[in-house]
Amino acid sequence: MQKKDKWPWLSAAILGILVLLPFMLPRFYTYIIALIFVTALLAMSLNLTVGYGGMYQFHHGVFYGVGAYTVALILTKTSWPKWVAFLAGPLAAAVVGFLIGWFCVRLTRLYFGMLQISLGSLVWAIVFRWYSFTGGDDGIHGIPMPSFISSLKSSYYFILAVVTVCIYLLYRIVNSPFGRTLQAIRDNPDRCEAVGVNVRRHQLVAIVIATFFAGVAGVLFVVLEGSVFPDLLFWVLSLEIFIMCLLGGWFTFVGPIIGAAIIVSLRTFVGIYTEYWTLILGVILILLIFFLPEGVMGFVLERFAQGRGELGKRRG
Amino acid sequence: MEWASLCTQLLVGLSRSMILFIVSAGMSFILGVLRVPNVAHGSLYMIGAFSAFSIYTYFGMGSTGFWLALLLAPVVVAVVGFVAERLLFCHLYQREHLMLLLFTFALMLILGDLVKMVWGPKYSSIMPPGGLKGSISILGSAFPRYNLFLLIIGPLVAVFLWLFTNRTKVGKICRAAAVDREMVGALGINVSWVFAAAFVLGCYLAGVAGALVAPTVSITLGMDHDIIIEAFLIVTIGGLGNIWGALVGSLIFGVTQALGVLFWPQFAIVFPYAAVVIVLLMRPKGLLKSVW
Repeated sequence: MQKKDKWPWLSAAILGILVLLPFMLPRFYTYIIALIFVTALLAMSLNLTVGYGGMYQFHHGVFYGVGAYTVALILTKTSWPKWVAFLAGPLAAAVVGFLIGWFCVRLTRLYFGMLQISLGSLVWAIVFRWYSFTGGDDGIHGIPMPSFISSLKSSYYFILAVVTVCIYLLYRIVNSPFGRTLQAIRDNPDRCEAVGVNVRRHQLVAIVIATFFAGVAGVLFVVLEGSVFPDLLFWVLSLEIFIMCLLGGWFTFVGPIIGAAIIVSLRTFVGIYTEYWTLILGVILILLIFFLPEGVMGFVLERFAQGRGELGKRRG
Repeated sequence: MEWASLCTQLLVGLSRSMILFIVSAGMSFILGVLRVPNVAHGSLYMIGAFSAFSIYTYFGMGSTGFWLALLLAPVVVAVVGFVAERLLFCHLYQREHLMLLLFTFALMLILGDLVKMVWGPKYSSIMPPGGLKGSISILGSAFPRYNLFLLIIGPLVAVFLWLFTNRTKVGKICRAAAVDREMVGALGINVSWVFAAAFVLGCYLAGVAGALVAPTVSITLGMDHDIIIEAFLIVTIGGLGNIWGALVGSLIFGVTQALGVLFWPQFAIVFPYAAVVIVLLMRPKGLLKSVW
């Protein structure tokens, strides 16, 4: 109980620091931190299905890419109001998520993941080759942004605000009756089915919510980068997000944020010193698999709050 | 003319299918026995191609070089697989499924960068040996001889795999371990070594495919990313772990790709993915029976 009361204060303090950061840090670091926010939101959205839903969401990057491409295409090819584009991104991602999820929830485990990879790759292949519409493998660059988020500092605050709201919403969702049911389905689908829970519908709703937030992350990526490219929908990125969840601790709420921060900073800072940053990432992953199987956050929680919360339950 | 180009294009697609089959058969075999989608499979295939190139250059870039490369490159890959399996992977079999998947992904990252370190980011290529150079004429249009060679090798590999899994003791044990590993363990067989054998055989096949594909493509970094997703999809539509399924899947994949090039070149790579989706929507668990 005591522990629980600390969380709002802790979050407020972190948020306060994050608000002040752009005044203290050089541009480059501001950019990296904004990128971490975007990636963290993406990883958290994935964790809703992987960590809380127990589904093998192997191709989450597709929804990120669909969100990003939708906003990019509307901003460059139409003269619609800008806010339409910003709304359409997450909605398009959720629609694609619904369509793909509709087929995937009929299957379980590895089959679920494989079907999602094939459906996702279809989307990727279309984006990759449709030069006249999506720009093919060049992507779209120099996307015009509304003036209020055109500078790095203003886009930083925009991203920070949106991500904060989204994380709060995700927190509410995870702790709502729906979230609890989802975790129950993860732990024992057969029993849930037996007590009258519509397993597939819950899973589908979880996928749609997760893909919606992935779409939000995609929109924020465009806000930050001003460009999109097909690698956003490629399976390598999807596996990378998956790893962020596992690395940070997929049975914890904030784990994916930590995973995203680790991977993004590794890529940036190790990438400065050596071109072999994936080798180092691979070695770190292997060390992690052997020594921290519950992820960084899982390890921290286990150490400092033994027997508390979900970890204890899952172990038991 | 129209028929002739259709015919050659079909043959090109079929020979591409043979490469895909050898890669995905290895992956399917590992998946069937170990129940892990081996994400590092594409990297092993890439190592196969690169080491074939090195062996080929070492032996003077001639026919001898090619045949030795074809013989030795898969062995190199098998050794890499064996070391990775015995050193690290074999300690993880008791762990959660996703951790095994994660391990193979880490392996892919490491192997990819090791290839970059050893061979560098340049483009390399191999010439086919004397008798397989040039092309022959089929219905009036030219068809590379090397692709005909692939069309012969593919079925040979399939027969070899069938003989291995059905006629040898190790193969039978592997099949049994795929169905019920506890039972195999209870009969006094060291399951860990069965897994090692399956993993090494899978890696060997990836090496064979890498060495075989070397004369037809430019050997470069990134060839692992392209093949792995195709192999994944083939294994899925064939039925997880079913080697004959891998054959059917690669035929579908290769032929639709080739026909796509003929009918709508811009979207050629979309065709096989669309075919996969159609198959999966009709038969979500694959065309043939999965082993588990």
